[in-house]
Amino acid sequence: MKRRAQLAGLLAAPLLWLVGIYIFSLVMLLVTAFWTTDPFTSKVKPGFTLRNFEQLLVNPAYLSTAFRTLAIALAVTALSILISVPLGIFMAKIAKPWLRALLAVAITLPLWAGYLVKILAMRVTFTDEGFFNWALGPLGITGPGFSITTVVLTLTYLWLPYMAVPVYTAIRQLPNNLFDASADLGAGAWRTIRTVVLPLIKPAIIAGSIFTFSLSLGDYIAAKFVGGSTQMIGSIIASNINLNPPIAAAFAVVPIAFVVIYLLSVQRTGALERM
Amino acid sequence: MKSRIFAGAAALAAAALVLSGCSSSDEATGGLQIDVPDVPMHEELGDFEGSVDIVAWSGFVEPAWSDKFTEETGCVVNRRVAGTSDEMVQLMRTGDYDLVSASGDASLRLIAGGDVQPLNLDLIENFGDDIVEGMKGQLYDTINGKSYGIPIGRGANILQYNSDVVTEEPTSWDVAWEADSPYAGKVIAYDAPIYIADAAVYLMAHKPELGIKNPYALDQEQLDAAIELLKQQNGIVSEYWADPAAQITSFVGGNTVLGTSWEVLRKLTEDDKFKSVLPEEGSTGWSDAWMLSSKADAPNCAYAWMDYTSSPEVNGAIAMNFGMAPANAAFCETSDEAAAHCDYYNATNEEYFEKVWFWTTPIEQCIDGRKDVTCTNFQQWTDAWLTVKG
Repeated sequence: MKRRAQLAGLLAAPLLWLVGIYIFSLVMLLVTAFWTTDPFTSKVKPGFTLRNFEQLLVNPAYLSTAFRTLAIALAVTALSILISVPLGIFMAKIAKPWLRALLAVAITLPLWAGYLVKILAMRVTFTDEGFFNWALGPLGITGPGFSITTVVLTLTYLWLPYMAVPVYTAIRQLPNNLFDASADLGAGAWRTIRTVVLPLIKPAIIAGSIFTFSLSLGDYIAAKFVGGSTQMIGSIIASNINLNPPIAAAFAVVPIAFVVIYLLSVQRTGALERM
Repeated sequence: MKSRIFAGAAALAAAALVLSGCSSSDEATGGLQIDVPDVPMHEELGDFEGSVDIVAWSGFVEPAWSDKFTEETGCVVNRRVAGTSDEMVQLMRTGDYDLVSASGDASLRLIAGGDVQPLNLDLIENFGDDIVEGMKGQLYDTINGKSYGIPIGRGANILQYNSDVVTEEPTSWDVAWEADSPYAGKVIAYDAPIYIADAAVYLMAHKPELGIKNPYALDQEQLDAAIELLKQQNGIVSEYWADPAAQITSFVGGNTVLGTSWEVLRKLTEDDKFKSVLPEEGSTGWSDAWMLSSKADAPNCAYAWMDYTSSPEVNGAIAMNFGMAPANAAFCETSDEAAAHCDYYNATNEEYFEKVWFWTTPIEQCIDGRKDVTCTNFQQWTDAWLTVKG
C-alpha cells in the first residue's frame, strides 16, 4: 500500500503535466475545429459544424499544401539519414579521438544557437547577393534562391543533430569484430553497411526520423523566411489563426494524422520495442 | 443556429452602416447606425498608470517622440510592431494592449467585435479643426455618432523599385502583375488576403468589362478574376512579405527588384537606389487611427498618448517617419520642411486620395451601391487567398 502511494506521488507531477497541460490544450484545439467564425468580425463562436473539415477537401490549396509539406518532411528525413550514416561510421570507427571529439562538437554546436538565428543565417546565405552565390558564382553555379529546395536544406540543417547523434551512438556500440568478420567473409564496404550496419542501427535511424519528420512537418518559419512563395501546413495555420481559428484547428488535424500514421507504420516494423 | 442568425444580423447591420455611410458622408456622420456592443466611454482623466502597451505599424512609435512622452507623463511606452491588420485584430483581442494604430480594414472588425471603446474627444485637446477633411468622421472610426478613432495619417501602398535594375520609372503596376514582366521572378507581393484588393485595383484599369467599381466590393465573378490575376503573379513572385524586416532584406539582398511597399520600408533600406512611385492605376492605401481597447489597463496613459500624438509636431513626426500624409494639417504650416512633406504626400489634396482605395473590410453587401448581387465577404477572401499560393 505504501509503495503504491509512493508510486502515485512520483507519477503525479508528470501525469499532471501530460494530461492537464499537454493533452488538455490539444483537445481544446481540436474542439475549436467544430466551431464557427463570424465572417465579419472573425470572432470565434462555439457551436457544431463540419464545414471546416469540408473546406479542407473542397479547397484544393489545403490538399496540395498537405502533400507538399509531407514531401518536404520526407525529403528532410531522407537527407538527414544520408548524411548521418556515413558520418556516424566515420566518426565511430575511422576518425582519431581528437577528430571524433571535434566532429561531435561541430554536429551539436548548432543546437546551442537560437532557432530563428539559424534560419536568418540561412536566409542571408541564400539571398541573391549572399554567401552561396558569392562562393560558387565563379564556378558558374547559382543557388536555389528562396524555394522548396532551400526549405529542405534549412530544415535539414536545423534537425540534423537529432538524427546524427542517435545514429552515431548506435554505430559506436557495434563491436569492431562484426566489421572484421564481414570483411573476412569477403563483403566490401558497401555490402557491410547494407547487410550488417543498417539492420543493426535501424532503431536509431527510426528514433531520429521521428524527430526530423515531425519537426519538419510542423515548421513554417523556414518556409516564411527562405521559402519564397512556398506554403506549408504551418504557414496556412499561422495565417488562419488570426482570421479563422476553427479552420486552422481543423487543418492542424492533418499533421497529427500524418505523425500517427508514421508511428503506426514504424511500430509494425517492431522498431519501437527495440528503441 | 442562434449564433449564425446573430452573425447574419451583424453583417446586415454593418452593411446598412456602410450604405448609409456612402450616401450621407457629406452630411453629419451622426446618422450612422450599427449594432455594436455597448462599451462605456472613459469619462474623465485620472492618474497615469505608469505604462501603456501599444500595437502599432512599424515606425509609428519611436523613441524620438515616445521618450519625451514618458518624460512628461511618466507613462513608459511598450511597443509591439504588427505586420498586418489581421495580426493587429488578433493581438487586440488578447486584451494585453491598450492602444492600436488600426487601419480601416481592422477598425470595423474591432468596433463590431466590441474590442475597442468609444472615445471621449473632450479629453483630447489636440483633436480639433485641423484634422484634414478626408479623415474626419470616416465610417471606419465613427459609428452611431460615436467616435472610436483618432486619425494619425493616411497614404498609399506604393510601387518600390531598385533603380539599378529598373532604370526607367514604371508608370504602371503591369511590371508587378503580368506574366511577361521583364522582372519576372524578382517581384515581391504582400502576404495577406487584403492584397486581393490590389489585384482588383489593377483589374479596374485593365479589365473594365469586369465592372469593378470598388476593390472592396467584389462579387464572386470579380473575386475569381482577381484570384486568377494573383495566381498569375504567383509565377513571377520572389517572395510574399508580411514581416517588414523580411521585405527590406529581400530588396537589399537582391532577390526582389520591385513590388508593393510602404514609404517607411523604402527609407529603412538606407539606399538611394530604391525609389518609389504611385502608378497610374492608383493603389490601395490605408487610413490609420488610434483606437483604445475596451479592456485597457491604462486608459489614462492611452488618452495622454492620443492627445500627445495628435499635436501638429508629433503627428507630423510620425507622418514624416512613416512617409505618409499627416492627419493634422496644422503641421504643414510649422516649417518649410513640413510644408514640403505635406506637398509631396498630398496631405490636403483630397483629389489625389480619390485614386487611393483605403483598406476596408469586405462584407456581403456591395459597398459600391449595387443591390442586385451579393458581394464576397472577408471570410471568402481569406479562403480564396490560400489558393493563390497553392
